[in-house]
Amino acid sequence: MKIAITSERNSLESKMDTRFGRCAFFAIYDTETQTTDFIPNPAKDSSEGAGPKAVEFIASKGVSKVVASEFGGKAKSLLDKLQIEMLHEKDKSIAEVIQQF
Amino acid sequence: MRNLIVKIAIASGKGGTGKTFISTNLFNVLQKQEMNLALVDCDAEEPNAKLFLTEGKLKNTYEVNQKVPVVDESKCTYCGKCAEYCNYNAIFFLKEAKVINVLEDLCHGCGACSVACSYSAISEKNNLLGYVNTFEFSPKSALIEARIKVGVYSSVNVIKAAIKKASDFNLVLFDAPPGTGCPFIQTVVQADYVVLVTEPTPYGLSDLKQSIETLKGMNKSYGVIINKAGLGDEKIYDYLNKENIPLLMSVPFDKNIAVSYSKGELLTDLNSEWEEKFSQLYNTIREEYGNSSN
Repeated sequence: MKIAITSERNSLESKMDTRFGRCAFFAIYDTETQTTDFIPNPAKDSSEGAGPKAVEFIASKGVSKVVASEFGGKAKSLLDKLQIEMLHEKDKSIAEVIQQF
Repeated sequence: MRNLIVKIAIASGKGGTGKTFISTNLFNVLQKQEMNLALVDCDAEEPNAKLFLTEGKLKNTYEVNQKVPVVDESKCTYCGKCAEYCNYNAIFFLKEAKVINVLEDLCHGCGACSVACSYSAISEKNNLLGYVNTFEFSPKSALIEARIKVGVYSSVNVIKAAIKKASDFNLVLFDAPPGTGCPFIQTVVQADYVVLVTEPTPYGLSDLKQSIETLKGMNKSYGVIINKAGLGDEKIYDYLNKENIPLLMSVPFDKNIAVSYSKGELLTDLNSEWEEKFSQLYNTIREEYGNSSN
């Protein structure tokens, strides 16, 4: 199973990014291989619709869960539709979030 | 030859400073002088000029629609070209999962997706965004009201349609929406001169500065009206002096003015002194506009 986590930088020590659609990086953690890829969020600088664009991106990576501090309305309804589970966490490092899985 | 059209926006950063108070009274005075003019209520989310200008008769209502794409999935090959063409992320697309969704709130109705599609899978439908209501006061003067449908994401298209309806008048006043976002910008961008209404409070000053920074970026000429003068502090006057910004008029923080406004009355109908002051305000604006570089 793959899990996407919003991240400020591209390291395990990095804090979670407080934003979903405009987070700097997505940390994609694979529970089977126990590896984490850090990928720059292509939706970050969208003038509009960053949330849906970010959902499109993580869905294309095949994640089944996403961890963020909060989700906007448009992102939320798309994640629901795609049956990607939304988990809320705050102020944690990526390593701390990963420990839970 | 027709007179040159002059467009004056009455705007503010902060809400509740008195844009509608100023614009309805200014309209009232000029309308009585039989000028050829329109007031456009551009505060489409909550237009309220009509509450004060009760004598206008509804002449017509015009629907404002936007074209949004409809994807026929029986023809769609999930190539993704439409999503790629969309500048507003309004087409949600997942190639492998064969998911394609139009996010109507994000659509600007530009039609690029229809051009992109080589399989005739995209047609367009009309989405109602709101209305433009025209109220006539005389054959020469009207209130044109932009009113968005509840739940519509952006008021910009309805504002633009309302402003367009006013193009036959010699003088056009815009009662602008608050803030410095897209609705504000789409209103003031069409104006020759911008009147910023503010109040002498820290919040009023902070938002005034934001509006002025925005207008500077748009190369617009502007002046300031201080409403509720006597409230707050002197910092706004220091700022205007330092920046050399003209103070067009000052309205005192007066309980009687507030009470009459709360009843939907026009100060310029109640008090001839104020009628004269608003008449003078128009002359001041014309002088300032004439002296400006635009």
